[in-house]
Amino acid sequence: MKRHFEVSESGYNAGVQAYRDRYWDGSYQPIDTDILACFKITPQEGIEREEIAAAVAAESSTGTWTTVWTDYLTDVDYYKARAYRIEEVPGDPSCFYVFVAYPIELFEEGSVVNVLTSLVGNVFGFKALRAIRLEDVRFPLHYVMTCGGPPNGIQVERDILNKYGRPLLGATIKPKLGLSAKNYGRAVYECLRGGLDFTKDDENVNSQPFMRWRHRFDFVAEAVHTAQHETGERKGHYLNVTSGTVEEMFERAEHAKSLDMPIIMHDYLTAGFSANTSLANWCRNNGMLLHIHRAMHAVIDRDRHHGIHFRVLAKCLRLSGGDHLHSGSVVGKLEGDRDATLGWVDLMREDFVCEDRSRGLFFDQNWGSMPGLFPVASGGIHVWHIPALVSIFGDDSIFQFGGGTLGHPWGSAAGASANRVALEACVEARNQGRDLEAEGADILKAAGRNSPELVVAMDTWKEIRFEYDTVDKIDVANGGPMVRQEGGRGR
Amino acid sequence: MNQFRSYTSRMTRPTSRKLGTFSYLPEMDAERVRKQIEYIVEQGWNSMIEHVETDRATEHYWYMWKLPLFGERNVDAIFTEITACRKKFPGHYVRIVGYDSGRQTQGARIVVYHGDRPSN
Repeated sequence: MKRHFEVSESGYNAGVQAYRDRYWDGSYQPIDTDILACFKITPQEGIEREEIAAAVAAESSTGTWTTVWTDYLTDVDYYKARAYRIEEVPGDPSCFYVFVAYPIELFEEGSVVNVLTSLVGNVFGFKALRAIRLEDVRFPLHYVMTCGGPPNGIQVERDILNKYGRPLLGATIKPKLGLSAKNYGRAVYECLRGGLDFTKDDENVNSQPFMRWRHRFDFVAEAVHTAQHETGERKGHYLNVTSGTVEEMFERAEHAKSLDMPIIMHDYLTAGFSANTSLANWCRNNGMLLHIHRAMHAVIDRDRHHGIHFRVLAKCLRLSGGDHLHSGSVVGKLEGDRDATLGWVDLMREDFVCEDRSRGLFFDQNWGSMPGLFPVASGGIHVWHIPALVSIFGDDSIFQFGGGTLGHPWGSAAGASANRVALEACVEARNQGRDLEAEGADILKAAGRNSPELVVAMDTWKEIRFEYDTVDKIDVANGGPMVRQEGGRGR
Repeated sequence: MNQFRSYTSRMTRPTSRKLGTFSYLPEMDAERVRKQIEYIVEQGWNSMIEHVETDRATEHYWYMWKLPLFGERNVDAIFTEITACRKKFPGHYVRIVGYDSGRQTQGARIVVYHGDRPSN
């Protein structure tokens, strides 16, 4: 591929040079301030791995395809990225892992945008690669501290909402599109008065001809305040401020604040990281909670060989800022993703997450004192899933049942109440030391004795099994049968 | 087959006002309360007892009964304090908090006596 030739032994030698001479260093030990990346590379045939690895390092940092005289005006060796390790991918010989170290000076402080532009902005179209996937990124604490992070975080959110000791409950208003603002407010009121903590705009509800945003915000605010007075508990609706321009985004956020709403939402991938970080900073300065939806993530993270793994998208969101992030529900159809999901859930919530290949974590990640955010389990779940959800996710999580609330035969308030009773029964049982996954059915049935709404909900949705088979599989983050899909169902 | 029922929560009904975790379950008897205290102690949290007049229940800060029982791991001792608080303030709501000093949050918080309702 690359042939080395030079005019003379020393000085500026025009012409192409093997990437590996400069950008591969198998003996390099990463330093604490480096940003580290792990790529899964599917190469074209007939090219040496070190050359490919070095090419990726070069083209995502200082290099280009031929030597240039201006290289000698600076110390390129100081600024360059280095490919320092290559590993097999268990169970998949078509590709290999490459580890690259980037000096921290290459990146603008507090700009996840800049990091992504460097790491994935250029190399993904390389002809020498058939496919490339960014599997994980280690952000040094030095860089983490330049970022704003979640505007509030888990602890402050609980303090604001005055809710402790259990997961929180939500529901996306259905039908996705087509309701008028007043009817939408009715749907919100019924869910909240029944016992949910939150209701949610669907991600594509922005400001359409059948329901303009300001009318929705006004009627939803009325519904939230009424439910709050009726139940005595703090309520919220994730008002979607995602817009075509950031000016409109801020206008909607300001209006939500003027209505004394506690929380807004944003689709961070379709809107972009610049908009999202600005909005997170606004939320921090205006006492607003921020729910983040990951619309479009599956375009980027679903293919096992090409794109960006969701754990990187989750890390980037924590740095950019958000108080909730959809994480997938685990108990949906794709149970094989359980380990990978628990890995990125830790990345969302914990202060320090250790490298753990069995959960797809390629590096230690230190978040320092940056607050954590709530993972949100949403999509196709209902009352029978609650014991498993509580067991898997723990208290610092949010479960959203759209159809599982609004589809109750007696209406949304009954559906909400059924979900709330089921959740509290499971939390009480867990605190008593009972095994939720084994005894879940019994716990729900006992709770049904004091809740006719719950009995009807259990009748309506088919009972699921609570015992988990051990699925014999290759490490989920690295491989597995080609038909298995990653990223999880659910939104 | 299922008889439709309206949802009975009302502005005018005091029992429609909920008080956080476990308020959608029947009020706890002494045995269920003890099990929650055991859980709080097991988690290494500090018990705290609070109370408030029933018309101020939605506010953030209730009255503290003494100070948090830092380091108290004896379930009976904690239960005794709850009972004493209830006896002193029969018209108040009384709750136990499991305070997590490490993460500076409340791992558990349960209203155990309701001054405005018939009780266990």
